[in-house]
Amino acid sequence: MSSPIVKLVAQRIALGILLLLAVSVLIFAGTQILPGDVAQAILGQSATPESLANLREQLGLNDPAFIRYFRWLGGVVTGDLGTAMSSGQDIATSIKGRLWNTLFLAFWAAVVAVPLAIILGLIAVRYRNGWVDKLISGLALASTSFPEFFIGYVLVYFFAVKYQIFPGISTVYDGMPFGERMQAIMLPAAALTLVVLAHMMRMTRAAILNVMQSAYVETAELKGLSAFAVIRRHAFPNAIAPIINVVMLNLAYLIVGVVVVEVIFVYPGMGQYLVDHVTKRDVPVVQAVGLIFAAVYISLNIVADIAAIVANPRLRHPK
Amino acid sequence: MADQRAKSVLLDIRNLRIEATVFPPGEPPKNIVLVHDVSLTLEKGKVLGLIGESGAGKSTIGLSSMGYGRGGVRITGGEVILNGRDILKGGKEGFRKLRGREVCYVAQSAAAAFNPAHRLMDQVVEATLLHGTATRAAAEKRAVALFKKLSLPNPESIGERFPHQVSGGQLQRVMTAMALCSEPDLIVFDEPTTALDVTTQIDVLAAIKDAIRDTHVAALYITHDLAVVAQVSDEIMVLRHGRLVEWGGTRQIIKEPRQEYTNALVSVHEIEHQEQKPGTTPFLSVKNITAAYGRSHIKVLKNVSVDIYPGQTLAVVGESGSGKSTLARAVTGLLPPEQGTVTFDGRPLANRLADRPKEDLRQLQMIYQMADVAMNPRQTVGTIIGRPLEFYFGLRGRQRDARVAELLDKIEMGKGFVDRYPAELSGGQKQRVCIARSLAAKPKLIICDEVTSALDPLVAHGILKLLLELQKEENVAYLFITHDLATVKSIADSIAVMYRGEVVRYGAKSQVLAPPFDDYTDLLLSSVPEMEIGWLEKAIKGRRMASAGN
Repeated sequence: MSSPIVKLVAQRIALGILLLLAVSVLIFAGTQILPGDVAQAILGQSATPESLANLREQLGLNDPAFIRYFRWLGGVVTGDLGTAMSSGQDIATSIKGRLWNTLFLAFWAAVVAVPLAIILGLIAVRYRNGWVDKLISGLALASTSFPEFFIGYVLVYFFAVKYQIFPGISTVYDGMPFGERMQAIMLPAAALTLVVLAHMMRMTRAAILNVMQSAYVETAELKGLSAFAVIRRHAFPNAIAPIINVVMLNLAYLIVGVVVVEVIFVYPGMGQYLVDHVTKRDVPVVQAVGLIFAAVYISLNIVADIAAIVANPRLRHPK
Repeated sequence: MADQRAKSVLLDIRNLRIEATVFPPGEPPKNIVLVHDVSLTLEKGKVLGLIGESGAGKSTIGLSSMGYGRGGVRITGGEVILNGRDILKGGKEGFRKLRGREVCYVAQSAAAAFNPAHRLMDQVVEATLLHGTATRAAAEKRAVALFKKLSLPNPESIGERFPHQVSGGQLQRVMTAMALCSEPDLIVFDEPTTALDVTTQIDVLAAIKDAIRDTHVAALYITHDLAVVAQVSDEIMVLRHGRLVEWGGTRQIIKEPRQEYTNALVSVHEIEHQEQKPGTTPFLSVKNITAAYGRSHIKVLKNVSVDIYPGQTLAVVGESGSGKSTLARAVTGLLPPEQGTVTFDGRPLANRLADRPKEDLRQLQMIYQMADVAMNPRQTVGTIIGRPLEFYFGLRGRQRDARVAELLDKIEMGKGFVDRYPAELSGGQKQRVCIARSLAAKPKLIICDEVTSALDPLVAHGILKLLLELQKEENVAYLFITHDLATVKSIADSIAVMYRGEVVRYGAKSQVLAPPFDDYTDLLLSSVPEMEIGWLEKAIKGRRMASAGN
């Protein structure tokens, strides 16, 4: 690997870490602004002032905010996300299984959605402004315009209630056989796919169409290449950077934005975990989940940046 | 005899008619005819030059031999007979089979025509492999042989490079190799040297000419430069507004043109301008200027000194990257120099644009190469020209309108244009409006940065004449930046030749253009195509210095 790439990639990663630190400050500050504190929350409305003061002392809540921040950050860095107030369980342990579930669902949704979106985008460009293009764009737009919960319930109504092909409630447990697990996530994965498909497909189409104006596309056409070969061999490689960007944004959405879908299908992932604990005002859990979501988002965007850098022949092969 | 000729005919275009649909803003779509009933024949192994101004239909005709139309362009009449069959009847599949196999294309800007994502070799052999006329190994061997023939450096390994790793002149040759690689019967060269520096153009031209001769390929050579086409073609066809003006042998067209329009093209470079002797004191002096972009240590200007006298023209000439435009930026304050000073009327000008008073700004005006991007497309001509009148002189209302009308008269356009938008003007008219805008400020100096480079020769000729007339009337001085020596010869009083950031030759026009020459000036002068058969070979032979840009 050549030096400009290494330098650029290192810069991106360093920026990402800096950004993550900034986000952690925001998350911490945000939860501090909320009225009441952990002691109040643990002891409830009927707590006496003395017991509150004692608990605050015990939990270190009387220390200045920045000391508590660094104590929390130190814990996070060493893998200790704290203890959930509502259940008293270790947050890191409960998150582990749920994060795995969320990633599992997002992964299979992405495996379907990303190639499908790109292929549909390529087809739309090939038949641009014709009826195929309009049909693809129209359907994709429609599927995005419906809210996820609506798509979710429509899927449940047809595939779980009416024809009973897939379960309407996606319960998964440790040690569940792979086949059953796949069957369980089929409907939420389908709902997620429909939600992210259009955005990726339309951006793929736009990015490639943009490149189709270039002189080198004309050169390719004048070599006698078929319309599809021109798009695949000459237009697509130069449209990769913007496509990767939108794909990564959507992957991030698959992980961070699944909240609604997980709740609909009662899927034991991060989203549902977050919603549960927001309703219980369990601040340490909200902080931890927020930070993990931010980390996922930032790292996927770093991956997109790096991929775009690596995809650029000028950076890969300097003069 | 007639039968024999018929056998050797490769391309026979009969009554070709090409139309396009345009979408003028605010109006219903319109059908316009780009090519009216043009017929031509080209024999095997011959070169036909297609020449004309922009909009003459030369590229459109060239591309029609591949069944290709840019944008909404379509062939609506006539026949295109290639190798004995009408290709227009072959449909899409038929076009695909002939493109890249029977007919290949060399574009104006190879830098844009190569895909930045793929190695050169993969692109060069792509058409050959697609049509299955050779194996990859055989095609690559052929490509390397062509790289050698076109005198590319490192012919064995240059194919491993990406387009951005190769210079513009080299890319143009690689593109020629790409066209030759599939051994076509016909190559369409579409202004293949227009985007190159004059010193690079001559090498590429010679390489293309040799390659055409050695491979016996036929060619349609499209250009607006008659002197260039005279070097490579057997016959020349002059086109205007999509119609045939004149078609004949190269010698006949350049020596005995029969049509008035052809005659105008042939004699376009001749403008009479008597050199003025420099006055006693220059009003603007550039002293020992050194400049660089950003924090870079690469000096774009090195110790440059020139003087400009009232009412005279200093032409700055050199190839791209020589620092000519940077000199203009330093004078205007857009790029503050690191060292050196610019003196104006005996006092130093502030280095930075932001530090200069309004009066200094008024005295130095600029005209740019691309007139259409130098004007706000949403302002009328009246607003564009009126703006400096308001800004510098506070003119309002009737006074301002009267002055705008006066300026429009000066640029030979008239009051009728006041309410027009730039999009409604031709290229030459746009540049005239830019000239009027700069004159409106009543400056002492107008910096002209390649103001005629984007224009057709006849239009450029008109602009140069206008500039000279205005100079006499208004006593304005020009700092005229150009790469075109013909322009320099016609309008300059003194000349500065720049090469890699330095002024290598400077003085009155008659001195600079008189021998003995330094090596670079010699190269520059000898590279300007002359309208003379056999000039190319003579020029290549007589050179003392190889050009840098290839």
